[in-house]
Amino acid sequence: MVEIKDGKKILTTPISAEDLKDIKIGDIIYLSGSLTTCRDVAHRRVVEEGREIPVDVRNNAILHAGPIIRPLENDKFEMVSVGPTTSMRMEKFEYEFVKATGVRVIVGKGGMKENTSNACKDFGAIHCVIPAGNAVVAAVCVEEIVKAEWRDLGMPETLWNCRVKEFGPLIVSIDAQGRNYFEEKKPEYNANKDKALEEIYKHVKFIK
Amino acid sequence: MSAQVEKMIDMIAKFVGHTAKKLPDDVIAKLEELRSKEDSALAKVIYDTMFRNQELAVKLNRPSCQDTGVLQFWVKCGTKFPLIDDLEALLKEAVVKATFETPLRHNSVETFDEYNTGKNVGKGTPTVWWDIVPHSDTCEIYTYMAGGGCTLPGHAMVLMPGEGYEGVAKFVLDRMTTYGLNACPPLLVGVGVATSVETAALLSKKALMRPVGSHNENPRAAAMEKLLEDGINAIGLGPQGMGGKYSVMGVNIENTARHPSAIGVAVNVGCWSHRRGHIIFDKDLNYKITTHSGVQL
Ligand code: SF4
Repeated sequence: MVEIKDGKKILTTPISAEDLKDIKIGDIIYLSGSLTTCRDVAHRRVVEEGREIPVDVRNNAILHAGPIIRPLENDKFEMVSVGPTTSMRMEKFEYEFVKATGVRVIVGKGGMKENTSNACKDFGAIHCVIPAGNAVVAAVCVEEIVKAEWRDLGMPETLWNCRVKEFGPLIVSIDAQGRNYFEEKKPEYNANKDKALEEIYKHVKFIK
Repeated sequence: MSAQVEKMIDMIAKFVGHTAKKLPDDVIAKLEELRSKEDSALAKVIYDTMFRNQELAVKLNRPSCQDTGVLQFWVKCGTKFPLIDDLEALLKEAVVKATFETPLRHNSVETFDEYNTGKNVGKGTPTVWWDIVPHSDTCEIYTYMAGGGCTLPGHAMVLMPGEGYEGVAKFVLDRMTTYGLNACPPLLVGVGVATSVETAALLSKKALMRPVGSHNENPRAAAMEKLLEDGINAIGLGPQGMGGKYSVMGVNIENTARHPSAIGVAVNVGCWSHRRGHIIFDKDLNYKITTHSGVQL
């Protein structure tokens, strides 16, 4: 479901392909509902070993992150600190991962490439970044850790299934049309750099 | 262990913990300035998040970024400082203490054996760089948390003199568009200019310990700092590399003389969460903190 509240665009799980239709790269959104941390080894298990993911992420969201968790009593946990990790490490697996799991929203850090943008286009999904270095803002958006699976992977790699409220801000970096914010920015940055260098060269001829 | 050693361990552990939760005054002031100069909705929302995060970190008493880095210390120690013999061991002890008290993330993996020591210390970590100061009884310590993301852009090489300072500028700017944008801009960029890779590299890290907005005392080097700053800003990376008018908090260059046939150059970056500290102890362990106001150890 998608709704606008106090000027904020909020996606609430379960999310349909239809919900993502009007979301474009560069948009700022927030996420409420089911968000599961999922990174390197979990992607490998799903894609290379063909194992079924023990948390249902279909129509829900995943976060590329390894959080700091404090265990409470009765198999409950508290999110102390959570920040995104570089999404590019999962790029190799992401097409197959989205295909196999039906995840709709992928949150991480930095850009991803064709495997992910093709998955977003073919299966109706988006990739977003959450501004990094903001571990406390992200942690306080987690209302509850609902369950923890694949605990044998250790704290950073465990699938921590969280219920989140207005998790964000999330900036859309790949939309469901497959457009890619970072890839579109690159030529612009490079052209700006070449121009800046030409200017600098005029003033640094110290060796004569 | 003497009472003085214990006291110094305790003070450094507390100071390190504090730097994980609160940024230095000069960094906060610069981020405020850059925030006010950005006008795109995207840049604004990112800065708003950063400032809210720093407020929450202090309020909830938690590290502001989950990556609390590898601890690095640059000490300028007087030969007559009473604890000079204990200093290196004491810094290690302080890191272990801070790791459990703050708490800090476990970021020390023994190389080759490839296991995490779980205490943030290992062979050669924390890093300690020594400058010995003759005829002095004080000890100055710079503390730094080297996060993974902001360490990644680090690079050093030796240019041929024919490449000139033009080559230095290209070396630095190329690094910004390839790696800098993922290192959580706005960045503080440290540049070392010397002879060989290690001399340039160490200078580039020491450059990051200089306050934001300070200048190299050589007028040409200072002019180049400004040229590089304007040039990197013009790339348009903005906060988080997502676009904006400003990419950096500043560029600091440190330099030495060089071999006539070589220009050693290195770049190191600090991210927006530039967790550096500076504390000066006298011989009785009275201290002065120059980076963070209002700290009581
Ligand atoms: S680059 Fe800096 S702010 Fe970003 S995640 Fe790493 S340590 Fe944190």
